[in-house]
Amino acid sequence: MARIVGGMGTSHVPSVGVAYDRGKMQTPEWQPLYDMFLPVKEWLARIDPTIAIIVYNDHGTDLFFDKYPTFALGAADYYPQGDEGYGPRPLPPVRGDAEFSWHLSEQLVWNEFDLTVCQELAMDHGLLVPMNLCWDHRPDWPIKVVPLQINVLQHPLPTALRCWKLGQALRKAVEAYPKDERVLVIGTGGMSHQLNGERFGFMNENWDQQFLDWIEAEPERVAQMTHQELMEKGGAESVELIMWLTMRGALSPQVKRIDRGYYNPMTTGIALLTLEDAG
Amino acid sequence: MAQLEPNRPIDGTYVFDWRLSRKGYRLNKLAFSLSRAENRDAFKENEEAYFDRFDLSEEEKDLVRKRDFLGLIRHGTNIYMMLKLGAATGNGLYQMGAQQRGETYQEFLATRNVGSAT
Repeated sequence: MARIVGGMGTSHVPSVGVAYDRGKMQTPEWQPLYDMFLPVKEWLARIDPTIAIIVYNDHGTDLFFDKYPTFALGAADYYPQGDEGYGPRPLPPVRGDAEFSWHLSEQLVWNEFDLTVCQELAMDHGLLVPMNLCWDHRPDWPIKVVPLQINVLQHPLPTALRCWKLGQALRKAVEAYPKDERVLVIGTGGMSHQLNGERFGFMNENWDQQFLDWIEAEPERVAQMTHQELMEKGGAESVELIMWLTMRGALSPQVKRIDRGYYNPMTTGIALLTLEDAG
Repeated sequence: MAQLEPNRPIDGTYVFDWRLSRKGYRLNKLAFSLSRAENRDAFKENEEAYFDRFDLSEEEKDLVRKRDFLGLIRHGTNIYMMLKLGAATGNGLYQMGAQQRGETYQEFLATRNVGSAT
């Protein structure tokens, strides 16, 4: 039987991908982030996941507003890289597990989460930057991935509460899979940042730290927040943090924290949180 | 439960709701198209001809011509679509951000915790 072996929350800031490609992760600007993920790599070696379900959002790379899914699940054995406007990055395609994805889609839809199922889906920094932080892509990604895409671009977005419930349903769907897979769930995005308007560059470290406290110990408090409240506290684009609730909803009510980190050099609070079930 | 409160606007913020998405649809379609290399080439080769593919209004064309990123946002361009327009015109996220704030790029960098982490 498949089971969830851990949960992770992490930001997916695109400039990290650039730094990674240029070999700049150990320059003074990026060393704090690099160091933040050293214990994560040890943790991943210990829990040894075989599949990562990565809750992320597309950034106008593959999905456009002509038809915009609220929840979309990748169901392919490979996911190519999209072009974000600068040409492709030097990364191999992401390895998927179509059979596992289709199982999840069946269980989730039967459990009243009406997902869009995607047999082709191109990846962007929303999913690739967390992978860069966790794993080396050479010669190939060492883990299979299920991309779970949430609309955080075009309001109306799914509510925070809905994302939380999706995580709970995801756990049941994983545990109903007959093969022995060890599943890591990663919630991506945030933390505080705003990229549109005169408020560009807004960050709020106090709120980010509060969010990290709550998502670990009192996730229902975050699940009750509206998009308005999230945007007021963390900036318009920080509403991405609802994707962390899907990760947290997939874990047990009480969790054990493994690591926590925070770094906000430019325009985004970049955070890390790793959790394990605690009964 | 309502998730947005139009009567509680956030200063300097343009929430990309359905109203802005409708308004900015053509601009967003143009910007999204620039995620293909051949379209970037066509855009750079002849911007005016490229506009004709998207049925832009004169006002919309002008916002692109002037690289008026704040104006584009106000007109319903989604920030992530606009990043493609930035890439095709030599304007990165932080340059577009500085302009939206009404600052020079250097002024903007000076407001950051680690302004060299670009």
